[in-house]
Amino acid sequence: MKPAPFAYLRPTTLEEALAALAGEQGAKVLAGGQSLVPLLSMRLAAPSMLVDVNGLPDLDHVHCDPSGVRIGALARHAHVLGSVEAAEVQPLLALALSHVAHPTIRNRGTTVGSIVHADAAAEMPMVLRLLEGSVDVMSVRGRRTIPAAELFAGPLESTLAHDELAVEAFFPALPAGAGVAFQEIARRHGDYALVGVAALVETDGDEVTRARVGFVSVSDVPVVVDVTHALDAPATAALAELDPAEDIHATAAYRAHLVSVLTPRVVAAATDHARSRAREVSPA
Amino acid sequence: MTSEKLHDVRLHVNGSVHEVRVPARRLLSDALRHDCGLTGTHVGCEHGVCGACTILVDGAPVRSCLMFAVSAVDAEITTVEGLTEADGSLSPVQQAFSDCHGLQCGFCTPGFLTTITAGLRDNPDPSEDEAREMIAGNLCRCTGYQNIVKSVLRASQIQGGTKGEMQGEIQEERG
Repeated sequence: MKPAPFAYLRPTTLEEALAALAGEQGAKVLAGGQSLVPLLSMRLAAPSMLVDVNGLPDLDHVHCDPSGVRIGALARHAHVLGSVEAAEVQPLLALALSHVAHPTIRNRGTTVGSIVHADAAAEMPMVLRLLEGSVDVMSVRGRRTIPAAELFAGPLESTLAHDELAVEAFFPALPAGAGVAFQEIARRHGDYALVGVAALVETDGDEVTRARVGFVSVSDVPVVVDVTHALDAPATAALAELDPAEDIHATAAYRAHLVSVLTPRVVAAATDHARSRAREVSPA
Repeated sequence: MTSEKLHDVRLHVNGSVHEVRVPARRLLSDALRHDCGLTGTHVGCEHGVCGACTILVDGAPVRSCLMFAVSAVDAEITTVEGLTEADGSLSPVQQAFSDCHGLQCGFCTPGFLTTITAGLRDNPDPSEDEAREMIAGNLCRCTGYQNIVKSVLRASQIQGGTKGEMQGEIQEERG
C-alpha cells in the first residue's frame, strides 16, 4: 500500500502553483490529502506530479458576512466546524461537518478539497449543491466561479480543468425565515453514510414557500430534489427522481427505504428550524 | 529506469531535529519508523481508517499514513515516544492505560495515547459519551474499548478532572 513515484513541488506563491499545474498535464493538487493519499496508496490514482499547496499564503480563511461564508482552500474541516460565526451565518455547515469522518481526519482534511474531490458519498459536495453555492478556481488563464449545479460531472469527477486550482468555496447565508436539517445513517458515526439527507426549507409566516432536499450516497453525483409541491409526501417526490445505487454496503432497495424514512424527518426538522428562527427575529 | 528523486527533509519530532533524505512518496508514518527510528508509531491499515498511526502535528491528532514526510517540513511532530514526562515517568494517559488495562495486544495503543492526550487537552473533563466520541476514530482489533473508555476517564481524573463516577468501579476491579 505505497503510492507510485511522483514528482513533488511545494510552491510558495499562487503564480508558481498555477504555472506548475499548467505545465504538467498529469499533476494533481495536494491540500489535506485525506481522500487523495488513500487513492494513491491503493494505486487507484498515479499522478505524475503533486503540487502541494500547503505552503501557499492566505488560503486558510473562513470569512463570514451577511451574504454567506467564504472558505479558503487550506481551511481545515475542524477550523470551519469550530467557527461560531460560520455556524450562525449558515448552520448547515456545522450540522454536516460533524458527520465528516472523525476529528483526526477533520484536523487535516480541507472543506474545499472535499468538494472538488466530488465524492457523492461525502457530505460537503451535497451541502454546497443544496445551498446553491459555488467554487472559485484559478489557473494561468485567470479566475472563474463555478456554480455548484455545474460542478459535479460524475463519480469523483468535477468540471475543473486539469490546470485549475480551487481557491475558495462560497456557501450562501441562511435567509431569514429559512431552516435547515441534516441526518445520516452510517454503520458507525464517522463512516461514509449509507444515506445522508439534508433539507433547506424557506417560509413566509407559517407558509412553506420552498423546500429542497439533498442526498448523500444515493447516486453517482450529489442530487438535490425540489419537494415544494409535495410537502405531504416528500419522500415519494424524492424517490420519483432518484435511482438509488447498489453497492457492497447497501442494496438499492435499502437505500430507497432510508430515503423514505429520512426525507420526511429532515423536511419536518428544517421546517421547525425555520419557524423557530422566524419567532426569534420577530417576537410576538 | 532512472532512480527516484530524493528530497532532503528536516523533521521536528519530539523536540529533536531529524534530517532525512526520502522520496516524495515516503509516507510520514514510514519516515518516522524507518528514517527516524521511532517505531512507536504503528502502521495498520495505511489508508486512514484504523488510527494506529495517529501522531500529533502542531498539537493536533493526524493520521501519519495520510501525510507525506515532505509535507511535514514546517510542522512540530509528537509521536508516542514524546508523550512521556521529561523525567521519564509515564504521562497521565499512559498511567491510566496501565491502571485500567487499557491495552491488550498493544498494537493500536500508540494511536489511542496520542489521540486521547490531545482530546483531554481540548476537553479535560469528558463524560463517558464524550470519551467514546474522542476515541471513535481509532480501531482496536482486540475490541478492548470498555477499558480504553475507562482509561480516558481515569486519565482525566489523574489530570484533575472532576467526573468521579468511574472511580469506584476502577478501584473495585483492581482489588
